[in-house]
Amino acid sequence: MICAAMIILGVLVYIIATVFYRGLPALNLDMITKLPGGGFYLGKEGGVLNAIVGSLYIMIGSLIISILISVPLVMFVNFYLPPKSVFAFLIRFSLDILFGIPSIVYGAFGFALMIYLGIRASLLGGILTVAMLIMPIMMRSFDEITRLLSRDLPDALLSLGATKYEMVKVILRQLMPGLVTAILLAIGRGIGDAATVLFTAGYTDNIPASLNQPAATLPLSIFFQLGSPVEEVQNRAYASAIILTVIILILSFSARYFSSKFSKNKI
Amino acid sequence: MRLLRAVKDKTARYIMLGIAIFTILFLIVIGVSLFFKALPIMKEKSLWILLTSANWKPFKGDYGFLPFIFSTFYVSLIAIIIALPFSILTSIYLNSYASKNVKRLFEPIVDLLSGIPPVIYGVWGTLTIVPLIANKIAPRFVAFSSGYTVLAGGIVLAVMIIPLLISIMVEVFRSIPKEMTDASLSMGATKWQTVKKVILRKSVSGIIAATVLALSRAFGETMAVLMVCGNITQIPHSIFDACYPLPALIANNYGEMLSMPSYESALMFSAFLLFIIVVLFNGLSRFTLNQIERRYQF
Repeated sequence: MICAAMIILGVLVYIIATVFYRGLPALNLDMITKLPGGGFYLGKEGGVLNAIVGSLYIMIGSLIISILISVPLVMFVNFYLPPKSVFAFLIRFSLDILFGIPSIVYGAFGFALMIYLGIRASLLGGILTVAMLIMPIMMRSFDEITRLLSRDLPDALLSLGATKYEMVKVILRQLMPGLVTAILLAIGRGIGDAATVLFTAGYTDNIPASLNQPAATLPLSIFFQLGSPVEEVQNRAYASAIILTVIILILSFSARYFSSKFSKNKI
Repeated sequence: MRLLRAVKDKTARYIMLGIAIFTILFLIVIGVSLFFKALPIMKEKSLWILLTSANWKPFKGDYGFLPFIFSTFYVSLIAIIIALPFSILTSIYLNSYASKNVKRLFEPIVDLLSGIPPVIYGVWGTLTIVPLIANKIAPRFVAFSSGYTVLAGGIVLAVMIIPLLISIMVEVFRSIPKEMTDASLSMGATKWQTVKKVILRKSVSGIIAATVLALSRAFGETMAVLMVCGNITQIPHSIFDACYPLPALIANNYGEMLSMPSYESALMFSAFLLFIIVVLFNGLSRFTLNQIERRYQF
């Protein structure tokens, strides 16, 4: 059993080590500060700034959408509905299922929706589709944290004469670290996913200036560079993989930090 | 003043209710719209032919999904076979044997593994697993293999679903009342006997549910599998053959094939197929897990 556990630990180290070993020689400051120059895909100079900024834009947009939807929903399920209600069960159940739907299905659905609405592959399309993907993740983890909150606080607020809406506003402040954890988890999943943005966000060498323009993303940039026969370009894919891995590591550790902070401050 | 507060409260409540209903409907909307997008191809060909024909020639109008469906199941099955022993052993270890410090060490490890993006797994797979199979493993069994095989897809997928399996199984094991294991231990059973006769037996349904959940995750995994499993339309005969799972099919062809309505519809059909399988598997296993959670809540 210790062997099995050690092997799993070993695989994690192996994955990170492989990516770093292959990518570090090609990693330099140009990678993260420059757009792809002419002949970038033949091994000439340039960087993946377009993909980094594109990923960032998509994440910011989809985060705004999903926070606006998931926070009210979680509050509704936890504080407006009675604890054993069938409606709450149904909502949680459909969230569980939404959580399990593969990102490629979201991608295909998002694309079909975009055609229906007349949107081309663009920043907006990417934002909408990634929002669909990360919403269930955010809702579920935020819901789990909210459930841990003791019932005393809501009871005390209500007995002081607050309306439910006012109560929720206070509780939200208490739940802030939990929300941050949920958001970080959602970013971690959303920023690394390629299948959702494959058809919906498109790909470009420039930084998108408006919602209607296509946007590059980091995972897709890795994928496309890896498909090149030129060795320098492949090495750059590994370097981009380092960038993505580092982003994920930072997100994961800060999520952990915030959730431990949350358990310390719990009433 | 009081009226304003009441109005605010009411408005907020209705907005929230609206969002809640939207969430439940969303699932149905996805299903229905995929279904309608897939309808043209289902009208053209019978469902039976679509599912069981191995003849895939989109430009001649032949759409047989068997190679893709078979590949999907094959890769996922290999992944589960590899992942299951590791996850069960590790979860038992974490639940019954490990000290507090080890547990604390393992939590972030499992989190990290599940947080690594599929593309990175794919990069890792092409860098290490594919050459390993092509140069070391495959030559012992078959004459030639490119390394981009069912086995490579299975190994990469296994690593990807292990964190999911472990996190659910630890929860399942934790839901077993401490009194039960204590009773077994106090009767003189060793730790291993307790694990075998009490913990494992009590959590069979949970383990199955976790497996089904992991399986449905494996079905839908796109990028990592696409990068390592070769993408050749054929029914793989051994684990050293290349394969072409459904998600990879969608990812490789969708968007470019819009000029052919029947092709687009065929791809939508595969998305719909994935959706149905995943929703069914997910629904079943989530239901079982909920049941387990409720049974032991006290």
